[in-house]
Amino acid sequence: MAAPLTLVLILAVSIRAVLFRSSLAAQISERVEVVSPLNSWKRVVEGLALLDLGVSPYSGDVFHETPLIIYLFHFVVDYSEIVFMIADGITAVALYLSVKTYNKNVFRKQKYALEADRYPHDCLELMRSPKEMFYIPLKVAMFYLLNPFTILSCVAKSTCGINNAIIAIFILCTLKGSALLSAIFLSLATYQTIYPLTLFAPALLFLLQRLYIPVNPCRSSFWIYTLQYAFMFVGSLVVIVCLSFFLLGSWDFIPSVYGFILSVPDLTPNIGLFWYFFAEMFEHFRFFFICVFQINIFLYTIPLSIKLKEHPVFLIFMQIAIISIFKSYPTVGDIALYMAFLPAWSHLYRFLRNIFLVSCILLACSVLFPVLWHLWIYAGSANSNFYYAITLLFNVGQILLISDYFYAYLRREHHLSQGLYLQRKDGSEATLVLK
Amino acid sequence: MGLLSDPNRRKALTSLLTRLNTPLCVVCYLAGIAWFMGLAFEPFTLRTYMSENAMGSTMVEERFPSGERALATGREFAAQKKKVGGMPVDWLVKTMQARGLEVFTQSFSRTLPFPDENKERFMVRGTNVYGILRAPRAPRTEALVLSAPCSPGNSNNQAVGLLLGLAQYFRSQIYWAKDIIFLVNEHDLIGMQAWLEGYHHTNITGMDFTPLQGRAGSIQAALSMELSSDVITSLDLVLEGLNGQLPNLDLANLFHAFCQKLGILCTIQGKLQRNDWDSSEGYTHSAQTMMLMVLKQASGRPWGDHGLFLRYHIEAVTLRGINSFRHYKTDATTLGRLLEGMFRKLNNLLERLHQSYFFYLMPSLSRFVSIGYYMPAFGLLAAILLLRALDLWVQIGSPAPVSQDGVGETEPPSNPGVLSILTPIVISHLTGVALYTLPILSQDTAVEHFPVSETEAVVLTAIAIYTAGLALPHNTHRLISGEATEQGWRVLKLAALLYLAVLLGCTALINFSLGFILAVTLVPAAACVTPHMPKSLGALAMVLLSPGCTIFYCIFLFQDLQEAPVTLPECCVLFLSVISQGILDHTLYGSLIYPLLALFVYPCWLLLWNVLFWK
Repeated sequence: MAAPLTLVLILAVSIRAVLFRSSLAAQISERVEVVSPLNSWKRVVEGLALLDLGVSPYSGDVFHETPLIIYLFHFVVDYSEIVFMIADGITAVALYLSVKTYNKNVFRKQKYALEADRYPHDCLELMRSPKEMFYIPLKVAMFYLLNPFTILSCVAKSTCGINNAIIAIFILCTLKGSALLSAIFLSLATYQTIYPLTLFAPALLFLLQRLYIPVNPCRSSFWIYTLQYAFMFVGSLVVIVCLSFFLLGSWDFIPSVYGFILSVPDLTPNIGLFWYFFAEMFEHFRFFFICVFQINIFLYTIPLSIKLKEHPVFLIFMQIAIISIFKSYPTVGDIALYMAFLPAWSHLYRFLRNIFLVSCILLACSVLFPVLWHLWIYAGSANSNFYYAITLLFNVGQILLISDYFYAYLRREHHLSQGLYLQRKDGSEATLVLK
Repeated sequence: MGLLSDPNRRKALTSLLTRLNTPLCVVCYLAGIAWFMGLAFEPFTLRTYMSENAMGSTMVEERFPSGERALATGREFAAQKKKVGGMPVDWLVKTMQARGLEVFTQSFSRTLPFPDENKERFMVRGTNVYGILRAPRAPRTEALVLSAPCSPGNSNNQAVGLLLGLAQYFRSQIYWAKDIIFLVNEHDLIGMQAWLEGYHHTNITGMDFTPLQGRAGSIQAALSMELSSDVITSLDLVLEGLNGQLPNLDLANLFHAFCQKLGILCTIQGKLQRNDWDSSEGYTHSAQTMMLMVLKQASGRPWGDHGLFLRYHIEAVTLRGINSFRHYKTDATTLGRLLEGMFRKLNNLLERLHQSYFFYLMPSLSRFVSIGYYMPAFGLLAAILLLRALDLWVQIGSPAPVSQDGVGETEPPSNPGVLSILTPIVISHLTGVALYTLPILSQDTAVEHFPVSETEAVVLTAIAIYTAGLALPHNTHRLISGEATEQGWRVLKLAALLYLAVLLGCTALINFSLGFILAVTLVPAAACVTPHMPKSLGALAMVLLSPGCTIFYCIFLFQDLQEAPVTLPECCVLFLSVISQGILDHTLYGSLIYPLLALFVYPCWLLLWNVLFWK
């Protein structure tokens, strides 16, 4: 399996290398869909220039990346293209390995359940076979590396690629069962963009499940482990933040990075939902609605964790998707990360209901973004409403997509416990209705 | 959300859509065409109105007195032009300076990729002369442009004369709050392109020009004037610009308002307005006017010198004086007053023209159809593609939107790999790339080996590649592994349908007319094509509905509407010249029609052609 992966990696790197050398790179790095004020390479370069001059990179309102990133690029700025390609490669390999591990777990669990005869007899066609699962890790890596969104993001040198790599390593460490590394990378990801904080719940659930500790608030073992993991997480977060403080010598970065993410002062159009809403908003209500919008992202963690507490990996997928839809400065790179997981759920395909509609919406919207941008900014004949309409549709498409997967996942689990051919009390065939 | 989640209702809806698919498609197509034709019917259109406050309520008085003197200047200019045998640069500089303008010149040169046979030029070298009247009343941050082309022969001398006359008159007025640039451009659009690129410090088409020595503020609006006789019977308004872009509707309203005030006959597309909308002649007349506008817009060429301004976000129109045999004549003084009035109103602008519509069609000068009214016509045609795609999706038998939740579904027998449809897609796009690049690259080789001129070589190579593309599908079949399945063509057709829908949708947003015209011919082809049709009949129908033939029909219709009908052989000659003009427009001004057709529409049509010959 290593050979095809290497092949995909080589293909991906050569596509990126060609694009880096072409005149397209400059155009792509200006697209609002691909770079946001947080992760635009232009701003990183500006920050580096300020740092070289001995000024705090956060003076002025241009640079909003974290100190660790700027010190990373302080050393490798000349090799930035290679760094971004490596970041993509790392993400793909990490996803590949984690999905492989996950599939092994799933298969083992299924075997035990079959041996214990826990599935109803008509569910055999829902069972997953090793043959079908064999290529899934490779497909996941391919979906990430060859996704146009990832390629665009990499060619634009958006630091989103690095954040994705951190999250992918976090997933890998979690699935491998290393609590310490998982906590460290989770804190790194949180340090980068705050929102991965919500991944704390699925990681904890997974680690608990792995150690056969029941999720039961009355049991002390549950609390001990939770506190342990939380301590590791908070500890490494504190270490990283303090490290940034010592590197920079000031706390400037806290308002400039986290304040910037949370209070959304930059309303440059992007593919997210914030900009138009807050551009139209009366200043008076701004604070209230910012709270509402930001809480919205974190709110889904609780119900989803309760519903999916047996399936933490699927919960990770859901959380990443929710973050990338509702975060304050989303870019296409964020979308690419959760889309990479779609092949891992290919066994849910038969239960998906709107996949045709949703893929049409996502496809059409991705093409319409640049068209409407052109009409609005260059031709001057359209206006921001046109662009926002497409943003809205794009996000509705994404929400439909993940809710469809969510429904399909739950449905499969339901069939696995209740039998595939449901019958009504009177013996006729029953249908499941989601209301 | 009940519709999306309740399996019974979904099932009912999808079965309805698949059962009634063909009748629904036919109804959609007819309704789309009917809607479009209905747009010209007066009760369905809106009356134009001035949206911009700064131009609406303020009064201006036109006092321009010296039409006769302007014509005399025009005659002097003609004499000088004849003496020098081209643009009399020195004379123009001197005359403009005498009128108190800051005068600058810009020289430019451009070698065309191949000779332009319509205008008989290949190596173009020329000079633009422009004078700036500095605004006395305001910081000089904004500017207006009045331009007249210096054309070869005897045309447009009066336009230059009037321009100089207006310059002299404007100079003595004190109310100007914007700089006014008087521009005389040589070699019409090429000179204009050089001047605009020089003014905005860009170079997108690889032209050689000297940088501009003097500049005014950011240009808010521009008027371009074409006038070839001392008196005119009517004044024609030209709106269509590069890539089908249109100026803000307020500019057209402004023109119309002043024409009415000064009693000048005004036309659009060379057609006078009629008042009898309820008679069939009246309807035909406005339908013809609208169709002319649609065809001109779809061609994506600048139809006057103003066309290139629009790219820089500058609202601009061309006013073309027409002298026919009508008794009612307008003299140069009145024309000068019209321009004076328009400039004074534009001078009052506080911000760029943005209040009124940018997306519109005009069945007459006082009526317009806005985007909300004409888009449904396109939407109905595009809906056919989606209906067909849905139908195919159901046939492919994927459980997704159709089946009752997948329970009891059997897996589709063989899933055609992505690779099997990737081959035709890649090959047809490579053909498209060849169509785009080869004609110009290979003209030297073609001229060496065949007895044709360079222009003919380019056009004929393009047509040859276009036709050669039709032979390709037979070859791609060998490449597709093994037997071609029923599923295979369905997947390919599904991909082609969605591709076409997205492509036409984007085109229609940027240039409605082009999107609609392409949809009228491509949508039936896309909807009907299957490998089970009789091959020869299907092939004939497909060729007749191909993008190349669409251009042909458009030329025929255009000539017919212009009341200059052509016979079939004449139309073929025109067809060749239109193709060469299209390629020239792309290289000279960056028009996007040729790349759009070659790189996207043609490959998409080839995919459908591929479906037809699926074995």
